[in-house]
Amino acid sequence: MNKLVEMKNIHKSFGEVVALRGIDFTVKDNEVVGILGDNGAGKSTLIKMLAGVVTPTKGDIYIKGEKINPRNYSVKKARKLGIETVYQEKALGDLQPLWRNIFIGRHRTNRLGFINVAEEKRETDKIMRELIGLTGGGASCESSVKTLSGGERQGVAIGRAMYFDADLVILDEPTMALSLQEVDKVLNFIRKIKEMGKACIYISHNISYVYPVSERFVLMDRGQVIVEYKKEQVTLEELMDKVVMATQVGKRQ
Amino acid sequence: MMMKMKKKELVKNLKTPWYITLINKYRMQLGLVVITAMVLVLFMIGSPRAFLSGNIYRTFLSTIPFVGIMALGLTLILASGQIDLSFPSTMALSGYAFAVIFTMTESVFLGLVVALLAGALIGIGNGLLVTKIGIPPIIVTLGMMFFIRGVVHVLAGGLAVPLRALSGTNWFKVFSGTFVGIPVQSVWFLLLGVFLWFILFRHRLGDSILFIGDNEETAGMMGINVHRTKIVAFAIMGMLAAFAGVLDLFRLRTWWPTMGEGYLMTTMAAVFVGGTSMFGGEGTIFGTFIGAFLIGSLEAGIVASGMSGFWTQLIYGLLIIVSVTIHTLLRRKSK
Repeated sequence: MNKLVEMKNIHKSFGEVVALRGIDFTVKDNEVVGILGDNGAGKSTLIKMLAGVVTPTKGDIYIKGEKINPRNYSVKKARKLGIETVYQEKALGDLQPLWRNIFIGRHRTNRLGFINVAEEKRETDKIMRELIGLTGGGASCESSVKTLSGGERQGVAIGRAMYFDADLVILDEPTMALSLQEVDKVLNFIRKIKEMGKACIYISHNISYVYPVSERFVLMDRGQVIVEYKKEQVTLEELMDKVVMATQVGKRQ
Repeated sequence: MMMKMKKKELVKNLKTPWYITLINKYRMQLGLVVITAMVLVLFMIGSPRAFLSGNIYRTFLSTIPFVGIMALGLTLILASGQIDLSFPSTMALSGYAFAVIFTMTESVFLGLVVALLAGALIGIGNGLLVTKIGIPPIIVTLGMMFFIRGVVHVLAGGLAVPLRALSGTNWFKVFSGTFVGIPVQSVWFLLLGVFLWFILFRHRLGDSILFIGDNEETAGMMGINVHRTKIVAFAIMGMLAAFAGVLDLFRLRTWWPTMGEGYLMTTMAAVFVGGTSMFGGEGTIFGTFIGAFLIGSLEAGIVASGMSGFWTQLIYGLLIIVSVTIHTLLRRKSK
């Protein structure tokens, strides 16, 4: 399998605070990688770098074999390279209708910048039907996001990522504050991403959610990768023990 | 067969008719139209001589657009989650720029271009201070309001500029005449209203404005250029204030250093009564349109019904508080 993303010796500090210290991290084509770790481990900083929101202080990033110049890397550039990010609770505008949320930042416009609303609404309905499965409950492309449940919101954000044909979908705590039933929906979305031949990075505190859908696990603690496992190397119970042990060893040092 | 019929009927009953959907969607605006009509009926009963003649309505159509045009700009600003207090001063400075250029060159076109440029520059100044320095817009534009007014007084030395020659220009008809019997100012108001509706609800820029007002952090992470959008919004506000100023000069044919004073309250009242949210992410151009007419007719109504002019301020202030209270309560309920 080809390497889709490769990060080498990544460092990042925000002023005095060091967030990442020498991270090596790869994602292969059509691979689902779970990143585990405590608060402040640097998980979100790491993926924000791939999404084009944060620039590294030091280190190299390769996407599809191409070396990234951090200075002109942006959200738009990341999208062009096929990287879509679903942030925890920050992905959607509450008051805006679904079609505006789907096409935010990349509207179908004519040369003067006017939006082709009819086409976007049509596409949104299609996305809801085919990718999200959001058909009941009277939701339409004109419904505003505030009328949706937490799971449906994540569904919209993930559906948006799939629609724009991402090669890599990054999910940052997508199951935060969701009911169990809705968590199931999100996990099914991740399985769908895999079936569609795309890669996924799944960040979560909850190991029992990450375990069934991921193929590889990366444990992070205080800005470093502590250990990596392939799924066949560990059971869920072993992985849980190892996460607890790894973070406790880290704390003793 | 029976089953099929029943099913069809059920579906038909479930589907709300289009006019109900339409009424639901625009219920706030419809309510506003009803309120405006009621206020006018009250005025007709209170002072039939003034309010049953066509004259007063023709006057409305030539005076309301100044406030209305600035209210359109303020609607965009509020939709982006910001506020602008500096536009009355911008109106005065742009008006002064127009007056000076016109007096010097006798060219309305040149004067208009310079006035719009001055308005845009003040707006860009506001936008830069808000985005690049990070000062809250209410403070930036409060400072700008005093600063620009001061600049106006210093430049003009406190003196008015007569512009009687404006009535001799070909432009007079364009900015102060009538169009099929309607004062042309209201035609400008209508055209700008339609244009800004398309900008806010059908253009990429308006989409960015709404998203930033809704959730600035999300907008940034989804690839919207937050700083640039805010600066452009302030620049549009400045240009609309400048344009309203030039229109006003064609009506008055004298530039006064106090130009625009008193428009802050009426413009705010028009936008808030119109139903635009002060929390950002939403806005209604149509509401602002009706709001401007409601506010504009109130002043005339209060004066015509024999109440003292002092009452206008009290009533406008009350209207602002009542309308934002209603909006906040409705918002809380929908959450």
